[in-house]
Amino acid sequence: MAYEPVLLGRANKADSTSLEGYRRDGGYETLGRILKEMTCDQVTEAVKSSGLRGRGGAGFPTGLKWTFLPKGHPGPIYLCVNVDESEPCTFNNRVLVEKDPHQVLEGIALSAYAVKASTAYFYIRYEYGAGMRIMQKAIDEAYAAGILGKNILGSNYSLDVFIHRGAGAYICGEETGLIESLEGKRAWPRIKPPFPAIEGAFRKPTIVNNPETLANVVHILQKGSDWFKSIGVPPDPKNPRDPGSYGPKLYCISGHVNSPGVVELPLGVTVRQLITDHGGGVWKGKKAKGCIPGGNSMGVMTEAEFDTPLDFNGPGRVGCLGLGTGAVTVFDEDTSIVDVLHNLCRFFQHESCGQCTPCREGTGWMFKIIDRFAKGQGRGEDLAVLEEIADKIGIMPGTTICGLADGAGWPVKNAIRKFRPEFEKYIQDGSSKRSKPLPMAAH
Amino acid sequence: MIQDNPMAGIGVEKLSHSVRDQIIGLLPRYPCKQAVTLPALHIVQDELRCVPFWAMREIADILDLSPAEVHDTMSFYGFFRTGEDPLGKTRLWVCRSLACQLRGGDDLLSQFCKKLGVSPTETTGDGMITLEFAECIGACEGAPAVMVNDEHRLNIDQPEKVDALIEELRAL
Repeated sequence: MAYEPVLLGRANKADSTSLEGYRRDGGYETLGRILKEMTCDQVTEAVKSSGLRGRGGAGFPTGLKWTFLPKGHPGPIYLCVNVDESEPCTFNNRVLVEKDPHQVLEGIALSAYAVKASTAYFYIRYEYGAGMRIMQKAIDEAYAAGILGKNILGSNYSLDVFIHRGAGAYICGEETGLIESLEGKRAWPRIKPPFPAIEGAFRKPTIVNNPETLANVVHILQKGSDWFKSIGVPPDPKNPRDPGSYGPKLYCISGHVNSPGVVELPLGVTVRQLITDHGGGVWKGKKAKGCIPGGNSMGVMTEAEFDTPLDFNGPGRVGCLGLGTGAVTVFDEDTSIVDVLHNLCRFFQHESCGQCTPCREGTGWMFKIIDRFAKGQGRGEDLAVLEEIADKIGIMPGTTICGLADGAGWPVKNAIRKFRPEFEKYIQDGSSKRSKPLPMAAH
Repeated sequence: MIQDNPMAGIGVEKLSHSVRDQIIGLLPRYPCKQAVTLPALHIVQDELRCVPFWAMREIADILDLSPAEVHDTMSFYGFFRTGEDPLGKTRLWVCRSLACQLRGGDDLLSQFCKKLGVSPTETTGDGMITLEFAECIGACEGAPAVMVNDEHRLNIDQPEKVDALIEELRAL
């Protein structure tokens, strides 16, 4: 049976962005009902029992995160909506915000109510100018209709939502980097603990969630936790700590496929299904060589690993860092792995925020080495040096404050482990075997 | 707005009333004034195409900060331009992420460089277009993609589209 999209259920309607259209489809009815019928804690409990996990990359259980807020706090408590979405090749939240802003806004209002937040900051990356304007219009409509502001929908609950624009820094997607940026400082991630739920924005308890996560909250409260749990992948019985991979996911497909785009599917679709059934297959009738399975940070998957399910556990089983953003970028058999890794390393050395020396220097060294490869000047010992750097920068080895460096090292480790002969041959042959830069009109 | 002396204009040039009012109007949204730093930098750069030192001091003055604090934040985001290095009328970003590179993004960037006669970060002699490369702009379904100021333009995959876009931006 074909899956019926929920989060993108309204995306193709002509007036998908208007308040009128959203209300015609039953929008904000859930918010009105919840404000009347449920306490904040009951909403949190419902989200917790659904098993919803954050869609931003780390997959932390959303309801559990909310329970970390201090009990009986006098406020203010803040909700930060993380629309920094700077993980390369990821654009699902952009589509969600542009196509159905009121759904996201209803998710914001419901979640803010659950965590007793009085203000929500919608932190959106500068690059999403269209999304920012669409969301501002939705916010204005909602204020005018009494859905935001004082005593929303006639309840005792009041909420303000403000848009805050980023300025092109990847690190602002890290939740404490986002908070620092919101506060008007350089976006240097904070040492945790304290986690934002205890001490976040403006030193007050703060919850940071991404739009896709918050949009899911609307449907969980509308259709129930059991409905949510009927979608996706149940916990691995062999792993007592696995909370499962429930619910829908917005997957992005890009790179060498015939039809790049966003598709909503139950968590757990395989890379192969995604490419074949939803991405129109690999372009030009070619074979795939591999993919980046969930944004640059998650590492590299080979074609032979394409039957891996994209749930919270799958990518880890083939050595990738995790599900990440669920954004799959496919590269074909004629692509040089050196070119792919060169691009990824260039990104991370550019976006390291510079706070922790191992990351600032390590990402720079990795790029310099791979750049040397690309110029045909690779040395025999370079692969070992690359692996050593990649292993020693990050939260996991304990040398950095945030996970940027783990994400920078992962594709390096994956690529070398999975494509070692190609790297060795490349070093041996020098630049003569480099794949030619693709002309712009390649397709 | 180009100044050889970074101190030039201090105390002479002033932010317009409209810019000051926009900045001040945002203060009630946040529990502390410093949070308006990023929005203020955006407002000033939108108006002046850069944030000169004198404007940085005025922002600091409005937000009860030291100019060094504003500068500290501003310099973190490569996005903002100093008075010595203002933006042209339009800022054109060419995405160099993997998704775009796999579909010809590198070639696209070099075509823009060649046709505009500038390197990334530079502005055309007529002051009309500043060319930049961008890390992923989140428009991967339309790779290779570019951004005109803050709006995506998808599938710039033919030389004719490059020419048409340049012509459009020159006519703005």
